[in-house]
Amino acid sequence: MDSYNIMFVVLAGIIVASSVLTVVTRSIMRAATYLFFALLGTAGMYFLLGYTFLGAVQTMVYAGGIIVLYVFAILLTRGTKDRISENTRSKIALSAVLSLVGFGLVGFILFTANLRHEVLTAPDENVMTMTRLGEHLLSTDNGGYLLPFEAVSLLLLACIVAGVMIARKR
Amino acid sequence: MFNFSIVTDWLHTLLLSFLPEWATVLTESVLVAVVIISLAAIFAMVLIYMERKVCAFFQCRLGPNRVGKWGLLQLFADVFKMLQKEIIKMRQTDRFLHDLAPFFVITASMITIACLPWNRGAQILDFNIGVFFFLAVSSVSVVGILLAGWGSNSKYPLIGAMRSGAQIISYEISIGLTMLTVICLTGTMQISEIVEQQYVEGWNIFRGHLPMLVAFLIYMIAGNAECNRGPFDLPESESELTAGYHTEYSGMHFGYFYLAEYMNLFISAGLATTVFLGGWAPLHIVGLDGFNQVMDYIPGAVWFVGKALFVVFLFMWERWTLPRLRIDHILTLEWKYLMPISMLNLVVMALVVAFGLHF
Repeated sequence: MDSYNIMFVVLAGIIVASSVLTVVTRSIMRAATYLFFALLGTAGMYFLLGYTFLGAVQTMVYAGGIIVLYVFAILLTRGTKDRISENTRSKIALSAVLSLVGFGLVGFILFTANLRHEVLTAPDENVMTMTRLGEHLLSTDNGGYLLPFEAVSLLLLACIVAGVMIARKR
Repeated sequence: MFNFSIVTDWLHTLLLSFLPEWATVLTESVLVAVVIISLAAIFAMVLIYMERKVCAFFQCRLGPNRVGKWGLLQLFADVFKMLQKEIIKMRQTDRFLHDLAPFFVITASMITIACLPWNRGAQILDFNIGVFFFLAVSSVSVVGILLAGWGSNSKYPLIGAMRSGAQIISYEISIGLTMLTVICLTGTMQISEIVEQQYVEGWNIFRGHLPMLVAFLIYMIAGNAECNRGPFDLPESESELTAGYHTEYSGMHFGYFYLAEYMNLFISAGLATTVFLGGWAPLHIVGLDGFNQVMDYIPGAVWFVGKALFVVFLFMWERWTLPRLRIDHILTLEWKYLMPISMLNLVVMALVVAFGLHF
């Protein structure tokens, strides 16, 4: 039992508990807060794995971006009213089926994948440095990501232009 | 220059000699946390006293001068007052979120203060992605502010939280772009490497001359807005919003917001020191070897804290000189002026680096 295992158990506990609380809570704002904890726990997992870049992206995009967006949307549309919609029977049945399928899939992968213990040791932070990431992202060689990078930036540009179009003064 | 990692290495081997590895890491984590919390509290208190005195001198007053010599004990009295106050429990609020919100803000400050380089070898979090990690964690405090406004179940905090949130999110863009300008020059994001480079080649603000100066000015504006201070202190605009998102907070929960404000001020100044003014690197002038030798004898921590307090003074100068802006003016300033200027500045810096025009 080294410190990595202890941290893993702590983080896994946080993620599981806050994920369950996200779906069972009655208040939409609390749901957003618990989701925030679940996402921060995932970021903590990435830091534990030594992949600090992904952890920081997770914190920045999900915690700093998505959750703030959710909270802003709730504040702007609901004001101080805070009730989520009622659960109908078909909704409950559908979610039960979906979660069972997801659980089965994860369980199947876990038991059949023959996880190799020696691969699962925590790597060093310097395995994937920022410089290497940047070079991969902007290279056209084998394993370069320039085309997807440009496609995504085009998509984002289109989104920005559309946002300006919607929000402009008429 | 003295390398602080000698001390930390010695402590690590000492603890390893009679403890298992996990217990060593745990002990060190607790020690580091205690150090961070004490540093945060001490600097917040120093800054509160400094703010009162600087504000007073800018307004031709004397400031606190009754309790202790030059009013030095005033802030201890204030802190004890804050600690003793009752935390009022309000009805019809979401108690859980209302009590949780200050901790988001204070936790974000505690983690970002751990990124600062205090001396050679004396920094707590030193990732490969340093500056990016710093920006990512500091964006968490917005969630705390929004939850504080919502959890109070009252109109003034709600509007105040929306305004503060919008302001912080907007000015984060300028901060990110100025940081990109710096990274463009340094070629690394690791905070220890950025400082080490400036120790060898001179401070970034001199190395990057014109674009770096523009970036520094933008940072001085956006950094003040990021801490909800200066001409952008909407939480304090009593005439419209009473006290913004922390109107309904009392006792130490209000104290956490107060503490976080001053910690954020120090952290903003510390980041400016790190990326523009050389962190713990002493002032070196090319050609004056004797002078450089003397400067090297001053410890790095003294340089860092001194420069950070100087930047804090600049922030306070800005705050107490300019009148408060209206919310739409604040957003116009960011989106129509600061962001385009910093983007252009980034392009200029890229050209300067590409053609090797920096020192």
